[in-house]
Amino acid sequence: MPFSVQDRQGISVVTLNGEVDLNNSPDARKLILASLKQRKQVMVDLSAVEYIDSSGVASLVEGLQYARSNDQAFGLIGASKAVMSVLRLARLDRVFPLFESLEGALQHGG
Amino acid sequence: MQESKRQLVSLSLNSQPGCLQRLRCAVRDSADLAGLDEDDTHAVVLAVNEACMNIIQHGYQMDPSGRIDISVVEEPGALVFRLRDYASSFELDRIEPRDLDEVHPGGLGIHFILSLMDECRLVDTPDGRGNLLQMKKILHKKRQ
Repeated sequence: MPFSVQDRQGISVVTLNGEVDLNNSPDARKLILASLKQRKQVMVDLSAVEYIDSSGVASLVEGLQYARSNDQAFGLIGASKAVMSVLRLARLDRVFPLFESLEGALQHGG
Repeated sequence: MQESKRQLVSLSLNSQPGCLQRLRCAVRDSADLAGLDEDDTHAVVLAVNEACMNIIQHGYQMDPSGRIDISVVEEPGALVFRLRDYASSFELDRIEPRDLDEVHPGGLGIHFILSLMDECRLVDTPDGRGNLLQMKKILHKKRQ
């Protein structure tokens, strides 16, 4: 299933799914950066991601860097145990704003 | 002893990102056969994927016509992964993991491999061409 973007109450939600690796992480990167160019707040929904490698993590880091340098909100939603273990390994679990759900992110104001 | 070794995977892939999913399936199957628990299975799948990705990106520089031979062997107390490529030789010692306190994309692969595997080294290839990366994971059987 291809990655997608939806607008939810003014927040752009990029939904990734399945296995995010070198084969499709360039698509994730493009989608994340395009969303950041259109919206002030962008969340990446990882709840359907079963696996992510360093190239997928790099796409998320690029989004975070872009958001930081342009004073935008950027965060991750619904990271599974497998995704969290990779973020922890890269010591990024305390760098990304992490939310259990979109509702949580909306309450937090993105 | 020869009979105490068990070949679990022998696979040749083209150096294409689209082949990584097949690689991960094979590594997952071998981890299952060797009785690794869920965490160790995820660890070896990620580490072998990263090593293969490095070969595709840096060894073959995204040329999809390269060949990568993968073998997984269960030895007493360990699972041994060997990745053979036919790209230019490199020295593992010259590749250093980056400082993780710096937040930037890239450079995580070697950190993942060294963190997740119990041993990682280059061994001599039979014909002196290319590279043969050997990674070892000590076996911790699934809890009963």
